[in-house]
Amino acid sequence: MADHVLTTPVSEADIRKLRIGDRVTLEGTLFGIRDATQIHMFDRGRRTKFDLRGHAVIHTAPNLRRVEPSAEHPTGYAPVCVGTTTSDRMERFTRPLMEREGVRIIIGKGGLREDSLRAFQELGGVYLAVVGGAAALETTWIEQLEDVDLDDLNPESLYRFRIKGFGPLLVGMDSHGGSLYARVQADVAARRQAVLEKLGAGEGARA
Amino acid sequence: MTFVSRPGVEPLRIEPEAIEEAAKLLYIRACKILPDDIKEGFARLDVAETDATAKTILETMIRNIGVAEQMDNLLCQDTGIPIFNVLIGRNVAVDGWALKQAIARGTERATKEHPLRSSVVHPITRKNEHTSCGERVPVINIDFTDRDRELRLEMIPKGSGSENGSFLQMLIPADGVAAVKRFVIDRVMQAGGKVCPPTIVGVGVGGTSDLCMHLAKMAATRPLGTRCADAEGAKLEAELSEAVNSLGIGPQGLGGDGTAFAVHVETAATHITMNPVAVNIQCHSARRASATFTPDGIQVGF
Repeated sequence: MADHVLTTPVSEADIRKLRIGDRVTLEGTLFGIRDATQIHMFDRGRRTKFDLRGHAVIHTAPNLRRVEPSAEHPTGYAPVCVGTTTSDRMERFTRPLMEREGVRIIIGKGGLREDSLRAFQELGGVYLAVVGGAAALETTWIEQLEDVDLDDLNPESLYRFRIKGFGPLLVGMDSHGGSLYARVQADVAARRQAVLEKLGAGEGARA
Repeated sequence: MTFVSRPGVEPLRIEPEAIEEAAKLLYIRACKILPDDIKEGFARLDVAETDATAKTILETMIRNIGVAEQMDNLLCQDTGIPIFNVLIGRNVAVDGWALKQAIARGTERATKEHPLRSSVVHPITRKNEHTSCGERVPVINIDFTDRDRELRLEMIPKGSGSENGSFLQMLIPADGVAAVKRFVIDRVMQAGGKVCPPTIVGVGVGGTSDLCMHLAKMAATRPLGTRCADAEGAKLEAELSEAVNSLGIGPQGLGGDGTAFAVHVETAATHITMNPVAVNIQCHSARRASATFTPDGIQVGF
């Protein structure tokens, strides 16, 4: 259960050092991505102007305020609240994000499934868990919204944030086949029968 | 002969402009300030938690509640689907059509003027009008109460991560209440960390299919500490609360004791051939705000 500070972009070697239960704080650049962003990128063939190789993406769609473009807010947007959405809906985009775009880190909440875990293992990627619903706190780790692409999809555009001390995040899925989510799910499944019996609702019970 | 009002009673008249202002204020307030009962729920789970990772996660959530209040920011990025419950008491005069339009205008103004992320799109084209409004949204539920000269407006920004944890099954009488319990446990397991635990698990038992799901939503958005009015329902929610919290799903689905603040049950009579059960889940950002209109003025709360 080690603590790491990583500055993006990262290498495969950086990722292979991470194990489930470790804590990671990110510095540098973070890309915000979401359902519609990935549907358009991978199902409808759209490409982004951003180079995502070695980078981290977070499952998000921020609250933004329109402002006059300035040095502080070059995109004409000021971030209001940047948080994290449930990752599971975007399960099937993990492999194309890694294979086609070179992404190495996915940040989200609630975890991803077996196909993503295999992609992390084969291609050298990691899933970092942020505490979902703690967006006010997460927003304090964002320094600037630097650039935006595919902005017709607003609020599900592709965002480039500059971050400072983003975390600590928990390594939920690593590149060695480890998944805290799968471990917890197995533990929960093992407890199910006893929980149901205590309720008088074991298989076959009708009362 | 037509009676338009009861003789001798001056009804409470509420203008649409007041409803519009309240709707705007409540949407923004709900997104920023968590109700006291939810804060107390966090404190209870934090004290009882035995898993170190889970305790860290709960403490991060508690810290976030403070940061949101100090920085006047949103608790969660998800502004949800806006839901308004309108509870109209006796001797209240209100133009119902104007009231519905005022709620939508207030919602749109909160979205544009604060601003809030519009999380609402057309279900087929996925087009976002950036108003948090659309066909039949905001969701407006209207009911009547026995309170004299009082109208209560409740606002719930229902987050999608937990709303996607909604399940209905039309069980049959031969399945018994045991199948109702199994359904709740299995759906909570299926939802896992996706619904942002610790949650309030809302369970509807009885009614028709649509009423059953509505009961589950009422249950999921009820204040912590309240109990089902039906004695059997109250017994069931106590049993299920203990059961769900012995599964070990934990905060964010990463293991631990604190899976749910509570399981809430709401019941309705049903048909002799039916045994419907529904689950609707509320995430830990269990946001609510309310405005109560009386002859003395408007009181804002949770």
